[in-house]
Amino acid sequence: METEFTMKPKLLILSSILFFVLLSAFIMDENPYFKITNKDIVFVNPKGFPKPFYDLSKNKPSVEGFTLGRKLFYDPILSADYFTSCATCHQQFAAFAHIDHPLSHGIGGRLGIRNVPSLQNLIWKDAFMADGAINHLDLQPLAPITSVSEMGENLPNVIKKLQANSTYKRMFYKAFQDSTITTEMLMKSLSQFLSLMISCNSRYDKFIAGVDTFTSIEEKGLNLFKSNCVTCHPPPLFTDNNYYNIGLKPDSNLNDNGRMTITSFKEDYFKFKTPSLRNVEMTYPYMHDGRYRNLKEVMNHYAASQSCSNKKFDDSEKTELIAFLKTLTDMDYLHDRRFADPNTY
Amino acid sequence: MYNIFNSFGVMKYQRAIFKYSLFTIGLFFLFSFKFSEIKNGHSLVIEFNHFVGNDKLILDSLMYKNEFKQSYSISKFRYYISNIKLKRKDGTEYVSNEYFLIDAEDQESQQIVIHEKGYYSSISFTIGVDSLRNCSGLQKGVLDPVKGMFWAWNTGYIFLKLEGKSTYSKSPSNIFEYHIGGFKQPNNCIRQVTLDLTEKSFQKVGDDADFLSILVDISEVLKTPKSIDFKELSSVTDFNNATMIADNYADMFSVIK
Repeated sequence: METEFTMKPKLLILSSILFFVLLSAFIMDENPYFKITNKDIVFVNPKGFPKPFYDLSKNKPSVEGFTLGRKLFYDPILSADYFTSCATCHQQFAAFAHIDHPLSHGIGGRLGIRNVPSLQNLIWKDAFMADGAINHLDLQPLAPITSVSEMGENLPNVIKKLQANSTYKRMFYKAFQDSTITTEMLMKSLSQFLSLMISCNSRYDKFIAGVDTFTSIEEKGLNLFKSNCVTCHPPPLFTDNNYYNIGLKPDSNLNDNGRMTITSFKEDYFKFKTPSLRNVEMTYPYMHDGRYRNLKEVMNHYAASQSCSNKKFDDSEKTELIAFLKTLTDMDYLHDRRFADPNTY
Repeated sequence: MYNIFNSFGVMKYQRAIFKYSLFTIGLFFLFSFKFSEIKNGHSLVIEFNHFVGNDKLILDSLMYKNEFKQSYSISKFRYYISNIKLKRKDGTEYVSNEYFLIDAEDQESQQIVIHEKGYYSSISFTIGVDSLRNCSGLQKGVLDPVKGMFWAWNTGYIFLKLEGKSTYSKSPSNIFEYHIGGFKQPNNCIRQVTLDLTEKSFQKVGDDADFLSILVDISEVLKTPKSIDFKELSSVTDFNNATMIADNYADMFSVIK
């Protein structure tokens, strides 16, 4: 009896030590929930997609670089108030747009002047932002990070904050073999994460590949789309990367001149970049200022304005087009765990 | 059997010829390089001296006057210099592919050393950053966006920043700020400068370097062709009025004889 009593506290102490060692190992791991492995960072140019604009050979994703980019994307440390991360406005379930928010939200409750765009197939874009202001993926995240109405930070301070954080120091060292964090390391890790955000497995893609079928409504929608919309929204990317004024009435409260702000050319007044229609079902509200709450309102605009199509769509045609647009939803992409918040599951 | 040995021998012989010809070519280059080095003069130390009219620039303290007799002080003055071309007296030219960020606050940045030797007759350079570097993604060194000379909201470098205070300015805290950039038409603010060196008698520094002192008159940012009134224009931070100010400062450089 006596020996049993003395053994028990020892066992208890030993097992609790073991428990804490295991727990600390779990906490120390930069990515405890979904571990990125080599197979997760392989880039394959999807069948039928053109050659990307972004040169991946100059910034080849690594397990460490991608994991770091993912952590940064989800970390409010990049914002002035430690409260706003990239993911605040770019939600995965909305194809990284901001569901039900017409205008972007920033630090201190500030409102931007544009609707948050979805993020996908970014390496096939020659310019970013609705007005094409940014000409390179590696430079794009600098804009929201330093914008006063978004994350409100400045670059030297972001680097200072990351440098002071031991986890980041370790992760940057793992990714770039250098623990002195530079702008280049910061932007390249974000690009490694962003460049692999590829949506190419919607029902439409499966239909084209001959492994899925369309309903008759969807097929009618596809035919309507082919004869009316593909000039500006050509597959497989469903954008021509060009800028148009589609006849929306400018909002005098926003005072947004569109592409003209960037080029200073009068003919670019109120022109905006053609957005991709991939996952468009999930990215409501619509248009550069989020003025249309749903796809029906968008269809009504096109039916009424004749700005880009001479066809007056009737109600059943609108329904068919919307049914087709919904086939562009890529459930694999919306639930791809590689792009999910590393802190949640 | 005999044939194989023969061909092997020839191969060996060919290799020897190849080796020795490489060696002679190498020697030739070595000598010609050495020869030109002796023949072609001195390397160059270029110094940028910041003045406002006749007064030396002293940040935040000295007061200067613009064309409208409005007094002002300067708190920041920085600009990019690139694409330096040095023409030699024999007609040949040396082109540097380096970028320099000259900062009135940073003494070290105000000296550029050109290691290439020559008897130079003229120097030309770009104020700003060429469009290629504005379009090739993230850059390092002095072109790192962390230097604060980069527009994140509209990809492109700020070529020149002049900031200060004037009681005439209607901006908050009476500041004025002119951030000039833009590499595309119609907002192209890239400006070229060419300075004649034929009249220049160089002072020597060190063993074999000529000293070239360049005067930078900051008052030129605010005049000729367009005189800037602080009351009317105290902030240029995008393309509006940018080319106008670029035209102003295009002539702020001169050679101190």
